[in-house]
Amino acid sequence: MNGGGGKRSFGSGGGGGRGKTGARGAAGAAGKDGQRRPMFRRRKICKFCAEKIDDINYKDTKLLMPFVPERAKIMPRRISGTCAMHQRKLRTAIMRARQLALLPYTAE
Amino acid sequence: MTRKYELVYLVSPDATDPQIADLHTQVEAIAQRLGGTIEKTDNWGRRKLAYEIGPHKEGTYVVEYIDGGGELMKEIDRRLKVTDLIIRHLVVRVDEEQTVIERTRGQRTETSRRRRIARGLPPDRAPGEGQRGEVEDDRDDRFDMSEVER
Repeated sequence: MNGGGGKRSFGSGGGGGRGKTGARGAAGAAGKDGQRRPMFRRRKICKFCAEKIDDINYKDTKLLMPFVPERAKIMPRRISGTCAMHQRKLRTAIMRARQLALLPYTAE
Repeated sequence: MTRKYELVYLVSPDATDPQIADLHTQVEAIAQRLGGTIEKTDNWGRRKLAYEIGPHKEGTYVVEYIDGGGELMKEIDRRLKVTDLIIRHLVVRVDEEQTVIERTRGQRTETSRRRRIARGLPPDRAPGEGQRGEVEDDRDDRFDMSEVER
């Protein structure tokens, strides 16, 4: 056990979902009985870039909590808007925190 | 070459304070024997666990910041594994990440200073100065969240 395994890969977190998001957004705008409603999609920003947080630490549960919503899964990049570099660091931090029972693996 | 490590261990809630102190001295003894030093120790006290580990629902967290070699950490890891009082432990090497963090931080302040000087401003930002920035488009989270609930 040498600390969270920084190098393990877990499929494609954000990249795969991106095309889908766009398609769904378009469907959402045109759907609903042909009624056109302008879809406001907030421009997503990477929290860590915006607030200039360099250190994503596994001990900082307060920082990590918003990225593990109810089911305690890691929030995907396409929803949180986190940039690739920070998502990577976030994931290692969350996985380390989970080992120490600071964050849950799952919520029942 | 010495490296910096962080060691976090989670002590069973049944452990008394002297027992926890004893664990700390044990770790310290190993560190000294193998030529390392403990820079700092943090006791977070008793906290509720995010999930149950066996019979335990809470535990005491202790963080040690250790300066030493890989052999030392191996030994500590081995010892903690066989200690019954310790429910979980984690060893993380931190020196490399810290240098990266410091470097990016340094670069950022440097570029900001350079730009401010180029614009004819004093190099350091006065408190309250600068764009409203960061949180301005915080108003409608719900469009992002609706995607989650779907």
